[in-house]
Order: sequence, then structure tokens, then C-alpha cells
Amino acid sequence: MIAFNARSTWTIYKREVMRALRTAMQSILGPVLTTVLYFVVFGAAIGSKMDSGMAGVNYGAFIVPGLLLLTLLSESTSNGSFGIYMPRFTGAIYELLSAPVGVAETLIGFVGAAATKSLILAAIILTTATFFVDYTVAHPFYALGFILLVSASFSLFGFILGIWADSFEKLGIVPVLFIVPLTFLGGTFYSIDLLPEPWRSVAMANPVVYLVNGLRWCFYGSSDFPIGLSLGMTLGFLALCISFIAWIFRTGWRLRA
Amino acid sequence: MELSPVSRITRSMEPILEISGLTKTYAGGFTALQGVDLTINKGEIFALLGPNGAGKTTLIGAVCGLVRPSSGTIRAFGEDMTHGWRALRARIGLVPQELATDMFETVLHSVNYSRGLFGLAPDAARIEEILRALSLWDKRKSQIRALSGGMKRRVLIAKALAHEPDLLFLDEPTAGVDVELRRDMWAQIAQLRDRGTTIILTTHYIEEAEEMADRVGIIQAGSIRMVEDTRSLMKRLGRTEAHIGLPVPLPAIPAALADYNLTLADDGLELVYRGGDGSGGGKAQVAQLTKDLVANGIDYTAIDIRESSLEDIFVDLLEGAAA
Repeated sequence: MIAFNARSTWTIYKREVMRALRTAMQSILGPVLTTVLYFVVFGAAIGSKMDSGMAGVNYGAFIVPGLLLLTLLSESTSNGSFGIYMPRFTGAIYELLSAPVGVAETLIGFVGAAATKSLILAAIILTTATFFVDYTVAHPFYALGFILLVSASFSLFGFILGIWADSFEKLGIVPVLFIVPLTFLGGTFYSIDLLPEPWRSVAMANPVVYLVNGLRWCFYGSSDFPIGLSLGMTLGFLALCISFIAWIFRTGWRLRA
Repeated sequence: MELSPVSRITRSMEPILEISGLTKTYAGGFTALQGVDLTINKGEIFALLGPNGAGKTTLIGAVCGLVRPSSGTIRAFGEDMTHGWRALRARIGLVPQELATDMFETVLHSVNYSRGLFGLAPDAARIEEILRALSLWDKRKSQIRALSGGMKRRVLIAKALAHEPDLLFLDEPTAGVDVELRRDMWAQIAQLRDRGTTIILTTHYIEEAEEMADRVGIIQAGSIRMVEDTRSLMKRLGRTEAHIGLPVPLPAIPAALADYNLTLADDGLELVYRGGDGSGGGKAQVAQLTKDLVANGIDYTAIDIRESSLEDIFVDLLEGAAA
């Protein structure tokens, strides 16, 4: 018996990446433009007037990891969810379900493609940011690994969302109502240490805080929390998503009648 | 690959699909399949007939992995589908009832994707052969959404054939397809069978089953009511009906014609014969009847003869089951 179907995985991955390129204006140019606007307004315009910076870093540079994460979380979730939702919506999912592919091939294909798109976005955003703010990356390999981990985790989360949703409204509501607010309140534009109690304690319950600070550590070597805590939270979220998807495939929840 | 007329070849009795006690009850409580037992032989075309909601698509879905059976076993190619699903699914193709695919993809990309999804290496020559056979080669660079309904359906067939399945399910393959194209598709399906592919099709066109199928199965309310060789079914349940117009009304059936199964209609102006066995015996009897009419001095003005179709038999069986 074939344990893993590499060609099927590659086929799914290639098709999903091609689909993103087919809609490059929407899936790549749009998020890049939005993020660049943040850099221009908060980084170059407002940031240049904040002499003291934040947490010892120039404000324009301080917000780079947070803004990058804001895009990564939104786009990974969106890419991961659309990839599986569209075939469900059109009925073309029959082909995937009747093919000799299991959970591993499906996940690596769909989620790998979604994460790849996020990484392409991250590369473009970071390159574009150099035109507006001066920033450094203290731990480039950790940064790459962290970006990869976050992209994969939220692409998995998006995949779950795409299976759960039975309408375009539901598909769009989670990023708008949860991901974006949690990211904005998760220290994208400020250090959590600036918050008075009890808001600082409340902010600690926001999981995105740990992601933002993890990535900030990768950039500037310091953050509000130890990097191990951020990494642990991200890995825990990744494991939770994989476990839930494994359960979905085992039970056929919302996939098989 | 050229089109050839529909022909029936000698088929093997080796089972390629064995379904036993298959039951499916959906979450809402509706039981779509009730203990279905069915065996499909290698190399045959099997037509599954039944009214809407009878369980045809659920049955296909259960074999192809779209539906989770509540109980029962499915064996394909001699192996249990539960355990050897990867290897077995790679040998099964499905053409769904709905035109469900990414409509923004080109025909060629879509068919190549299907081949890769089933784990096969790209094969441009094979894909070209499939597309040419289905008259899609000239449209290979077109987006699927730009094609006609009939062409879209052929794209789905091409996608299902891309991984060269040994067992092919066609769920309403000619629904919404015009008569000429339907006949082309019948020829293509027969050609697939001639190349060794076993085909299971569901259809609303009884003529389709009568024309193509080696065997037919009738499913109703989730149960298989009957499975029989198409020709023997026609022979067993088929009938000849002849309506003979008379210039002068008959008051009663003449005693000389008492051996025929005759009735009078239209106030004695029409003699109606019903009989035969669907294998030509009825027509011979009608020929003899006309001679006896002349011999007994009974003139006639017109004869209208028709053989009962599979549709008549199908309707009779369903009505019989309902009664």
C-alpha cells in the first residue's frame, strides 16, 4: 500500500500556487499595498515625530514585525480557507475525496501552498519596508523559521475555517472579527509594557501578543516575553490545528456525507 | 482513437466490485441505502436505474469515498475498500452528476491536474489521446467556463479518464446533452468498455440503458429491486402490442381467433393484440394473426405494432412494487 503520495501532494500544491498567481492582483498586490500604507503613515510620517522610539527601537522599525505579522495572519488564514472552501462551494471537492490522497497529502498540498503565498508576501513586504523605514533583523534564521511557523499555523487554521464555513459570509467574518482586532490589540503598534493594569493582564490572554513579541525578538533581540514562550505558544497552536484537522479527516466532518 | 458503433463483447464473470449489506443513514435520519447487495463483473456496462432519491448517487458516493457508509462492506478488485483504499481508489474514476470543477482553469490544466492528483506522472500523449477522443483537443487552451454544457460534461469525463481507471462510475453522464452528442458519448463509453474498463452508469434515459448496458439494476427507496441481464429482462418482461384498425366494427372476438390474446377497442373498430416475449415471438404471432384475419374474411385498414421498451418494463416494475 502506498503510504504517501508525493505526486498528488505536488499536484495540489502546484495548482494552489498557480491559482494565487492567477489572482496576483488580489492575493499579493492588495495586501502589499495595504501594508506599505501602514509603513508610510505610521512608520515614516508619525514615527519620524516620535523621537524616543519604543522599547529602545525607532518607532518605524518597531512596528515592522507587528505589521508583517498582521499581514501574515490575515493572508495565511484567508489563503488556507479559500483553498479548501472553493472546491467545497463548487462541488469540485468530489475529485479530492475520491482520489488516493489522505490527510498528509491534502494538508501539505493546500496548507503548503497557502504558507508559500504568505512567505512570498512577507519577502515583498520586508523588501518594500526598506524604502520607508530603517530596520535590522538580529536573528535572520530565527525570523525565517518563525515566519514559516506562523504562516503554516494560520494556514492550517484557515483550512479548518474553510471546512467549517458554509457561506462566504462565515468565511470572511473570522478574519475581520477576530484576527485583525486581536493583532491590533496584540502589540502591533505598541509595547504591552505601556499598558496600565488591568489591561496589561487582559492583553496577556491574547495569543497574538506572543506571536508579535516572538517576531519582534527575531528582529531586535528583545521583546516583552521570552522567545521560548512565544515559540511554545505558536507550536501549541500548530499542534492544536493539526489534531483538529486529523479529527476532521477521520470523521469526515463537513467533508463526507 | 476512433468512434465505433456500440457493441457488446463477451464479458468476464470475475467480480470487480462486491457490495454487501450496504446501508447509509444520513445525520438527519434519512436512510438512503438499505442493505444493498450488488456485484459488478469485470468488463461489463452496468446501468443503475431508479427514480429521483432512490439512492443511486449515494451508492456511487459510498464506493468512491464521498459518503461514509453506516454499515456493510465494499470490496473492489478483490480487496476491502476500507483497508486498501489508496491503491483501490487509484483504479476508480468518477464522473459526477453536477458540472463541478474549477471553471476558470483551462481544459488541459484541469485534465493534467486530475492525472497528477491520482498519483500518475504527466503523459502528454495520453492526455492528447483522451482529449481528441472526446473532441476537446481544439478547446484544450480554453477556460472551462467558456465551453458549452455538453463540452463541460465531456471535460469531466476526460478528467475521470486521465488516470486510466479500470472501474468508471458515470452518474447521469448524458444529462442535458443533445441527442446527437448523446449518441457520440454512448459510442465513446462503449469504446472504453471494449478497452477493458468496467462501467457503472446511472441514467434517467432508459433508452441509454437499453442501448448500452449488459445488465441493469433497479434501485428504489434505497434497495436493489432487481438485477438482470438487459436482454433476458427484455425477453422475460418485454411484450408486443399491435393495434389493428378495422373498416367494419366487430361485435365480439371471432371464435376462430380465440387462441390469440385479443381485445376490442374503439367500439369494435380496433383489434388489440398483446403478447410475445420481447424476443420477436410477438411479431411473428401478429404476422400469423393477419393471415388468419384474411382467412376468416375480416378486412383491416391499418396495423400499428410496437415492442415494449425497457422504460415500460421499468415503469411496470416500479408500479408493481408501489402496489
